[in-house]
Amino acid sequence: MGLPLMIERSSNNNNNNNNVVELSRVAVSDTHGEDSPYFAGWKAYDENPYDETHNPSGVIQMGLAENQVSFDLLETYLEKKNPEGSMWGSKGAPGFRENALFQDYHGLKTFRQAMASFMEQIRGGKARFDPDRIVLTAGATAANELLTFILADPNDALLVPTPYYPGFDRDLRWRTGVKIVPIHCDSSNNFQITPEALESAYQTARDANIRVRGVLITNPSNPLGATVQKKVLEDLLDFCVRKNIHLVSDEIYSGSVFHASEFTSVAEIVENIDDVSVKERVHIVYSLSKDLGLPGFRVGTIYSYNDNVVRTARRMSSFTLVSSQTQHMLASMLSDVEFTEKYIRINRERLRRRYETIVEGLKKAGIECLKGNAGLFCWMNLGFLLEKKTKDGELQLWDVILKELKLNISPGTSCHCSEFGWFRVCFANMSENTLEIALKRIHEFMDRRRKF
Amino acid sequence: MRLIVPLRGVIQGRGGLFVGSLIPCCLFYFLQLYLKGRRPPPSDPTELPRTSSRSNLFSRGNSIGRVRVSSRAVPVAKPPDSPYYIGLERVKTDPYDRITNTDGIIQLGLAESTLCFDLLQRWMSENLMESIMQSGDGEFDISSIAMYKPFEGLLELRVAFADFMSRIMGGKVSFDPSKMVITAGGTPAIEVLAFCLADHGNAFLIPTPYYPGFERDIKFRTGVELIPVHCRSSDNFTVTVSALEQAFNQARKRGSKVSGILFSNPSNPVGNILSRETLHDILKFAQEKNIHVIYDEIFAGSVYGEKEFVSMAEIADSGDVDKSRVHIIYALSKDLSIPGFRAGVIYSFHEDVVSAAKKLMRFSSVSVPVQRILISLLSDVRFIEEYMTAHRQRIRDKHVRFVEGLKQLGIPCAESGGGLYCWVDMSSLLTSYSEKGELELFEKLLTVAKINATPGTACFCIEPGWFRCCFTALADEDIPVIMDRIRQLAESIRS
Repeated sequence: MGLPLMIERSSNNNNNNNNVVELSRVAVSDTHGEDSPYFAGWKAYDENPYDETHNPSGVIQMGLAENQVSFDLLETYLEKKNPEGSMWGSKGAPGFRENALFQDYHGLKTFRQAMASFMEQIRGGKARFDPDRIVLTAGATAANELLTFILADPNDALLVPTPYYPGFDRDLRWRTGVKIVPIHCDSSNNFQITPEALESAYQTARDANIRVRGVLITNPSNPLGATVQKKVLEDLLDFCVRKNIHLVSDEIYSGSVFHASEFTSVAEIVENIDDVSVKERVHIVYSLSKDLGLPGFRVGTIYSYNDNVVRTARRMSSFTLVSSQTQHMLASMLSDVEFTEKYIRINRERLRRRYETIVEGLKKAGIECLKGNAGLFCWMNLGFLLEKKTKDGELQLWDVILKELKLNISPGTSCHCSEFGWFRVCFANMSENTLEIALKRIHEFMDRRRKF
Repeated sequence: MRLIVPLRGVIQGRGGLFVGSLIPCCLFYFLQLYLKGRRPPPSDPTELPRTSSRSNLFSRGNSIGRVRVSSRAVPVAKPPDSPYYIGLERVKTDPYDRITNTDGIIQLGLAESTLCFDLLQRWMSENLMESIMQSGDGEFDISSIAMYKPFEGLLELRVAFADFMSRIMGGKVSFDPSKMVITAGGTPAIEVLAFCLADHGNAFLIPTPYYPGFERDIKFRTGVELIPVHCRSSDNFTVTVSALEQAFNQARKRGSKVSGILFSNPSNPVGNILSRETLHDILKFAQEKNIHVIYDEIFAGSVYGEKEFVSMAEIADSGDVDKSRVHIIYALSKDLSIPGFRAGVIYSFHEDVVSAAKKLMRFSSVSVPVQRILISLLSDVRFIEEYMTAHRQRIRDKHVRFVEGLKQLGIPCAESGGGLYCWVDMSSLLTSYSEKGELELFEKLLTVAKINATPGTACFCIEPGWFRCCFTALADEDIPVIMDRIRQLAESIRS
């Protein structure tokens, strides 16, 4: 999508004539990306949000990957187990005192143990997590940025397979000064990463004299909504060992895989390796924002097999600590194995059903999606509707969908997809009724187009 | 051949053997340099030929290079060398407890207050549940705390914070919620401001002595330098415009670009309160040099002396200076004793700074349930008034006891009017009036008297012998214990 625009600052070095005080490059750069279509659609939604009763012709937000399908499970649990606020720590003097003063970047041991246990459950026990390797951050956004600061210097690069989550342009690059070099993937093999694509990306960086420090993948992938195959993970680790670089796996959607058996975490692969020099290049990012539907809680983690990275990340996490109150609140819930097992199972099931509803619905309208098996969205192919298979062609179609259908979906170009016409459509942040309405609008649109 | 002849001549001359071996060494050294310069960049030192056997590759062990972290990460993981952190670590190994470990190390190195915990505890037990569960009809609606909310903080929280800050600063200035961004504590607040106001390699002027944590908070990731502006006991460590001017000019001569000045008011570690006049003069100076001023007002509610606390916001509002260069940091860690909650504020008069900071909050925001608790807490005006009155009173009482205890030992303190600590002059106990002497005393205090106090060197104080002692986590009965230990140490030093 091009280099970030750098607004030229007026040369104003402490002179008295032009008394406008200067800001830093970070402050004036637009690497935050909030002027891109990904965010422009959100603005349209904010101005005219759909509401079942009050605004049925408003914009339906299908650009936000938020999980609301299992809220009832959380609500019931919290109400039942929390009659006197014991969970929130209001009972008992020692609880409050500890919470109020505790600002240790190690994080509450009970909470880290609970996170480790939860992460193990999601992976069906196929990998073990050591609570002392867990570093807490205020969300996965912070975890990804923190890791980038630690693994790469300014002007170094991370290789990231396309299409990727638009937020990475900001999270990995803005304050860190690190570059992203894309690993191009395409629909010929369902957008899976190939060794050739890896080599090609690495060479592109080398040719531009850029030092590659690591590969960062999302597994399951955002925006594809599909898990990364085990063989591809092995190839990736192989590649990282040969180039002596890091491997970061953002597994934020790991609990949202429809069938548990279809997910392989990089942790499983590392589990069987004894060689520290191989293991210590692997780092996992996780969060409770997607699987547990609690983005408001701002809980993320870095799990690293590298002692030095754990130590460094812990210290740097001072800039992004999770409040002790939040840790306390969640520790008992996450260690309640009976609850988490039930939650994970039901959540997966509901997401699968939603996915099937939307994919079937789109199919009936003549629209195909990538075969997905995870996440809160589907990857829809509207390439056949484009007048011109170009970025502009795609954005024109996106604009039509936003303005005419009043659906905010995310165009593939904002995800750096090298093929035009793909769109990410979120389905878990709305009621079933709303999803039906959205599908109806799409049907009507397709019918209208067919008539011409 | 040609080379050998001159060598022979050298070797046979005076100091021949020495020079004779020196020249080949030099030649060898230069050869290495030449070869090193010709070598390709070491980005893939262990590039191995591809093999089809994966397990073979993963078990090669030593032949695979160790993967490295970034060069900016390296200093972060190093063991701390500042006495500030060393002291904090030592206390953890043997912490004093009134009942179970009366010989342990007493913590005077951490600026936190437990003086009004009883009040907070009572409030929490009565209100916590309600403030999170939050609805009138008794039905719990999880979407109110679970979903994404603006990273800069809920509007209700910014409104409540603005009101709270105004109240604890004496009600003479009002804060505008739209200029406010809520952060996960004071630490990210200062870092985000540094990222927004200065580029990598630029500098902030900072009066000494200063809070040791700034070294990490500002330098770790932003690359911004801190240039000390030394203050002296003769002025009670109050900064003067002439000192600022001097430091600014020296920096410019060295080629450093100064982007702003960072102050804490009430100051840490001295506990000074800047007068209205001084605040005005500093702002005029900043205007003249066209730089920013950042005020860390984190102890604004912990003022116990006679002197009135004036926020920089009040001065900025007075109209005759360009406000957009004024930025304030605040947090609930000190005044409200809840550092664990992680709630801080960036307050800026510069629209673009507020806008950039809002976007940067995605990396450091406060969880929504905690925001709900805080909205409830900060809007409970009756409780806040009760709390602040008790807080100030109890600090004042503790301060008096502590300072009096030291006075009786012949140990004076700097004049202070705010903060959770006092700035103690232990120079009479130094064996040598130097940094070395001070660090020796620090070590004796830790190992012999078993007290952790932060030495002035950690705060970049230019005069040796000063120590910061935090007294707001002490019970009254702890004070005679401390004084006794210091007395014994003093006696052993003086004898």
